[in-house]
Amino acid sequence: MSTYRTGDFRKGLKVQIDGEPYLMSEMNFRKPGKGNAIYECTLKNLIRGTTLKKVYRGGDELESADVEEVPCQYLYKQGDTYVFMNTKTYDQYELSKDQIEDAWKYLKEGLPVSVLLFNNQPISMTPPPHVELKVEYCEPGARGDTATNVTKPVRVETGAEILAPLFINEGNVLKIDTRTGEYIERVST
Amino acid sequence: MDRDFLPTATLDMLRRRAELLQAIRQFFDSRGFLEIETPILSHDAVVDRHLDPLRVTLFTDPREPSRGETLWLQTSPEFAMKRLLAAYGVGRGSPDPALAIYQITKVFRGGEIGRLHNPEFTMVEWYRVGDDYAAGMDLLADLADSILSRGKAERLTFAEAFRRYADVDPRGLEDYEIDLLLTSKVETHLGRGRPTILHDYKASQSALARVRSGNPPVAERFELYVDGIELANGYHELLDPAVLRERNRANNVARVADGKYKLPEESRLLAAMDHGLPACSGCALGFDRLVMVATGAKSIQEVIPFPIERA
Repeated sequence: MSTYRTGDFRKGLKVQIDGEPYLMSEMNFRKPGKGNAIYECTLKNLIRGTTLKKVYRGGDELESADVEEVPCQYLYKQGDTYVFMNTKTYDQYELSKDQIEDAWKYLKEGLPVSVLLFNNQPISMTPPPHVELKVEYCEPGARGDTATNVTKPVRVETGAEILAPLFINEGNVLKIDTRTGEYIERVST
Repeated sequence: MDRDFLPTATLDMLRRRAELLQAIRQFFDSRGFLEIETPILSHDAVVDRHLDPLRVTLFTDPREPSRGETLWLQTSPEFAMKRLLAAYGVGRGSPDPALAIYQITKVFRGGEIGRLHNPEFTMVEWYRVGDDYAAGMDLLADLADSILSRGKAERLTFAEAFRRYADVDPRGLEDYEIDLLLTSKVETHLGRGRPTILHDYKASQSALARVRSGNPPVAERFELYVDGIELANGYHELLDPAVLRERNRANNVARVADGKYKLPEESRLLAAMDHGLPACSGCALGFDRLVMVATGAKSIQEVIPFPIERA
């Protein structure tokens, strides 16, 4: 375990406070000309997603967090548990529904994702920015209606509901932005 | 392609910088100040708990570049400028009993990187023999008005600013608490509309200023704020070398307690003060920040062509 001193503080640093990993998402250095250096930090809890604002003074230290992002593949769901495999080591990791949050919507077998490990234990998962999913069910498409601003709900192969344009039909493959959950385009019919 | 070769300041910003440099020179030249240059690299360093000068080894043998005398990049040109005042501005028959000097120079402060900080920056510093506390503040207010045209500076005591904006009496606070409240609550209100000159600092924050006795005693130190940004720091200068020796010693004790390196307590400034420093007031202004407030730039990196990451 190494420590970071205030001089090392910068955006993107992964640190540990009270046994939990945090990402330093903002860092403001402030200092009166003749005064103490003050480090205003915004810290995001990597397990719970909550944020914390903390002020440190020159010379303070924070423990580094043993946090590693590893490339994985989604394998399957078992009850409320999602199972992933490390594509380099073939280790398998399990994440609960709470840890997955909304990203379950994009989990189709074989999807490449990245899993965040803290002390070698999985704590969260990030899907790729875009996924392609097949429409399993929707109201029939309105032929010739190419407008993309009028939408209808469609159910994709993962069971998630996405808003898509009226011309989309069952069997179409859609490209979806996983950061916003929004439809981007139709990939195939 | 690596784009790091590009400057972070626009060409238009560099033009504004040049204009402001000219305006400052004109301000001082027209008042009879002599523009001088002093070393950036010196045997002496200001001994301050919270200023960390960068160290340079003056080697004699390039085959052993880490062996040699320790020199310091200046955190301000204060020592050398006061040595000039002691040499040429003292007593009857001195070459100039009303000596006034200024310089525009690069200074360096280790570890200071942020929206308002770059480890290398440009400082404007001036001294005028015979100026007392009030004259020092008047000159700074004139400079601010002349360069920024935002009207006459408001004068606010340190204690009043804390009462007004942090609802607390700074006399009862530790220096660290003062710095924290100053940066988090007080500074943001200063210099809104017209500039603010904050003055009568807590005696523990006197640096190289005189302390005026009273209840409580206050440091005759003043600072200029514009748009919530600290721009300049001035003193009714401390003349007593015994007091400075004691402050240096205390600062080094605090530095060691903080786990920092010690700084040389004896200096040629002390020798000059032993000889006799004339009564004067002086002030140092961060030029890059002045450019920021004059142009509305949001960070110091917008007004410096190559900040430290690209230097």
